[in-house]
Amino acid sequence: MNALMDIWTVFWRDWVVLKRRLTKFILSRMVAPMLYLVAFGWGLGRSIEVSSGTYLDFLVPGILALNSMNISFNSITPVHAERIYHKSLEEYLIAPIWPPAFVIGKVLAAVLRGLISSALIVVLALLFGAHIAFSPLFLAVLVLNCIIFAEIGFLAAMKISTYEEMGQVNTYILLPMSFLCGTFFSTHALPAAVRIFIELLPLTHTSYLLRGLGTGTAVSSLSLLVLLAYALFCFVWGCRAFSQLRR
Amino acid sequence: MQPMMELEALTKRFRHKDPEGKAAWKTAVDGLTLSVERGEVFGLLGPNGAGKTTTIRMLTLLMEPTSGRILYDGREAAAHAQAVKQIIGVVPQHVNFDQDLTVRENLELHARLHHMDRAAREARIRQLLDYVGMKRRLLIVRALIHRPRVLFLDEPTVALDPQVRRRIWSLVRKMKAAGVTVFLTTHYIEEAEALCDRVAMLAGGHLVDLDTPAHFCEKMGLSTLEDVFLALTGKKVTP
Ligand SMILES: Nc1ncnc2c1ncn2[C@@H]1O[C@H](COP(=O)(O)OP(=O)(O)OP(=O)(O)O)[C@@H](O)[C@H]1O
Ligand SMILES: [Mg+2]
Repeated sequence: MNALMDIWTVFWRDWVVLKRRLTKFILSRMVAPMLYLVAFGWGLGRSIEVSSGTYLDFLVPGILALNSMNISFNSITPVHAERIYHKSLEEYLIAPIWPPAFVIGKVLAAVLRGLISSALIVVLALLFGAHIAFSPLFLAVLVLNCIIFAEIGFLAAMKISTYEEMGQVNTYILLPMSFLCGTFFSTHALPAAVRIFIELLPLTHTSYLLRGLGTGTAVSSLSLLVLLAYALFCFVWGCRAFSQLRR
Repeated sequence: MQPMMELEALTKRFRHKDPEGKAAWKTAVDGLTLSVERGEVFGLLGPNGAGKTTTIRMLTLLMEPTSGRILYDGREAAAHAQAVKQIIGVVPQHVNFDQDLTVRENLELHARLHHMDRAAREARIRQLLDYVGMKRRLLIVRALIHRPRVLFLDEPTVALDPQVRRRIWSLVRKMKAAGVTVFLTTHYIEEAEALCDRVAMLAGGHLVDLDTPAHFCEKMGLSTLEDVFLALTGKKVTP
């Protein structure tokens, strides 16, 4: 009972902050997807052929995957400033709360942001004339992707000590993944060695799943297992990292 | 009666780089042993870097000791973390409000983290805001919301004007009268003299001496606690 209350408290804090900036948040989150859709969907896309449907239909699941990754990761990174600079994280460490509630509450708040921005992309994509087949599983995969990258963001916030290094995670990890993990083009186009590496990354499986489900083609349950494994592993690691702050 | 808190050989070592860049250990708190009685106002006095904040961070479970034990009510704090957290309130040395929330929301967050329902939250916040004022005082308000039985104050009046300082002093006395145990650190000798039942002198992480302010002066044949402090630590108190 208290555990649920604690999760809600942590989530409530982020909700209060998000509510205040909702319009700004929505507007700013529309810029990048809009550019992708115009540049790759409209511009380049007309001259690209894919196996089935249009390139736009192929592209939208990829954009959803990379965008939900970026948004949920970056939604949770302010925790880093709360830990290092403002020290407001101490409030949670001093309070008699169930420690995993902090991780869960923060991750859920990041998932919410990830889903809001995903909804925006879906609306934009439909306006651009894309065809996407929605299903509960499609939504579940999207949520799972948000959870995984929120957890990774949480880990970064717990482990990393400077602002610059936080920025480097974006540059050296998220940015390459945004482009390589089956988002803009099929991983079949990559050399075998690179492909094996790419297939170890969670975003690749999110792209596969969302594209398969969105275009009504076959998906692999192995991909789903990979995502579940990542989510679980990062959650346990995140809880550990949070409790190790007392060191 | 069982003391409120007992510190047994409490020690904290930090890993850091020495001037030549080699890994070294710095002992911030070194084998601190003392006990704090129920309902007393206990002062931790010492110059910059003496280990006051580190001691409080260990007592409030923000930091694990390298070695040694902390007992609350005779029970090991580490093993009863949730119970301890329910009864402590902490006023940190540095302002650590959540920058993205308003002051009111900060207070509400604290109340929620201490499982208070809406009615209790609102009544308590209103009641406390009535008799204290701004930022630093808000840190105190926040620490008092859930009615802690032990209150930690890390330099509660540093850089405050004398009027506000007096008001905080009277608040500490009110807390004591209400049966709250108070553990405070301070640079200001007159603060320790005015408020504390007993004072521990800390220097270089070591407990130099522990006594009532009056006894300190008496046994050293000195007239003020400040002279005692200088004699014991060889350091000026105020930076
Ligand atoms: N996280 C840390 N890592 C490394 N060294 C630390 C850390 N925290 C404190 N120290 C060192 O431990 C010693 C004691 O510090 P502490 O902050 O407890 O002193 P203090 O008595 O509170 O001083 P002040 O009066 O300045 O607040 C200092 O030498 C400090 O540099
Ligand atoms: Mg200090």
